[in-house]
Amino acid sequence: MLKRTPLFEKHVAAGARMVEFGGWEMPVQYSGIIDEHNAVRQSVGLFDISHMGRLMVRGPQAEEFLQHVVTCDVSAIPLGQSNYGLLCRPDGGIVDDIFIYHLPDEFLVVINASNREKDWQWLHDHTEGFDVEIVSRSDRWAMLAVQGPGAEALLIQAEESGAGSLHDLPFHGVALSSIFGYTALVARTGYTGEDGFELFFDAVHAEEIWDKLVGLGAKPCGLGARDSLRFEPCLALYGHEINDDINPYEARLGWVVKLDKGDFVGREALVAIKAAGPSRRLTGFEMVGKGVARGDYPVHTLDGEPIGVVTTGMPAPSIGRPLGIAYVPTSLSAEGSEFDILIREKPVRARAIKMPFYKPRYKK
Amino acid sequence: MSHNVPAELRYSKSDEWVRVEGDELVIGITDFAQDQLGDIVYLELPKVGQVIAPGEPFGVIESVKASSDLYAPVGGEVVAVNGDLDASQEAINTAPYGAGWLIRVRPSGDEEEGIMDAAGYAAFCEDRAH
Repeated sequence: MLKRTPLFEKHVAAGARMVEFGGWEMPVQYSGIIDEHNAVRQSVGLFDISHMGRLMVRGPQAEEFLQHVVTCDVSAIPLGQSNYGLLCRPDGGIVDDIFIYHLPDEFLVVINASNREKDWQWLHDHTEGFDVEIVSRSDRWAMLAVQGPGAEALLIQAEESGAGSLHDLPFHGVALSSIFGYTALVARTGYTGEDGFELFFDAVHAEEIWDKLVGLGAKPCGLGARDSLRFEPCLALYGHEINDDINPYEARLGWVVKLDKGDFVGREALVAIKAAGPSRRLTGFEMVGKGVARGDYPVHTLDGEPIGVVTTGMPAPSIGRPLGIAYVPTSLSAEGSEFDILIREKPVRARAIKMPFYKPRYKK
Repeated sequence: MSHNVPAELRYSKSDEWVRVEGDELVIGITDFAQDQLGDIVYLELPKVGQVIAPGEPFGVIESVKASSDLYAPVGGEVVAVNGDLDASQEAINTAPYGAGWLIRVRPSGDEEEGIMDAAGYAAFCEDRAH
């Protein structure tokens, strides 16, 4: 049976269309993907992302342990800050992309819904020699994203004190707050290319907090808009742009890999991959011919030779035309390179363009 | 959720509708289909003069999330294409049986197997909703 978040009943009652996603029964849309997408770009949207995994990593060697399993420099994340990181296999393939929040005496690690069991196992497989404990908060805590240019003003209203301390929360900052009187961790993070926040709090308050945020004007959004919003700024989605067989350099995530921070799982392979240069690269493209590229569509050279695959493609709502992201040989990844996308077995011309398609508007 | 299924139309299993207008047939997609697809943002339709065959794809319809072939419920020659949709595909969502019509054909007399009346199609939608 599919898993459900604490807000499942809320989504159904609100008339959301529910779909399966990574083993979860989640809302794909409420009012419509474009309407929800535009709400986040222009005002503020609300997402139930409780399906994501939340792990607390604690103990005297929590930092050393994380430093050993992730590619970013965990020692460089100050208390009250967070950062994006990757778990890599010894061969450099990406186990998952994660977010690490540095809390007092512990780290909160947010992992992808579809990788909850895999990551749990992976992390525990690497704890030997470290005085560390990993505790799941995935079921006990709910997680909401409040995203858009209006998110800060809305959440300041929701803050118990009304003092507006969230105004001073920096990009990627995380702090303990009181939202409608309930203790919550509030982080200035998200997955939409807009300013916004992610909230973590006791799941028993999920429905009440959801309703009150909607009452303040946050528009409920589903996974459809979440996908189109992350696609435009070219934020990777596990299972599409990245997976166990894709390394960070071909995924253009080399900036997340700190080779000089000391040894970590995958480092040796990643040094070699970086030195050799990746043979394929994630490449953004626009359609020259008429058509919409979608995930898994094959990419061919103009001579019909299969060379790659589309990872995500759709008509980009904020750009106003069909765009896509694909793996193609490095020689064809430069801006202006042309290749064909096989749309229903028919080659349709596409041209490599600069990524991201949408410049993120984070408050920094 | 229940969808609008006008009594006077006939329907295909692939969610197109057919309306008789004089000697010609008008074809579109149903309320159920537009609701399943979500906001329509892209459309590929045949040209006037093109011949379509029952059960064969005659175009493509796309939303942000999904891409779907359009299947001809009947055979015939395309005599008109709804050009207004170039500028406003949303008519397919807001008025699938009205301003959101797709093509008009001069029928060859062939039609796809399993064409349903409104009652049959309403039941067909109901089955898939559960």
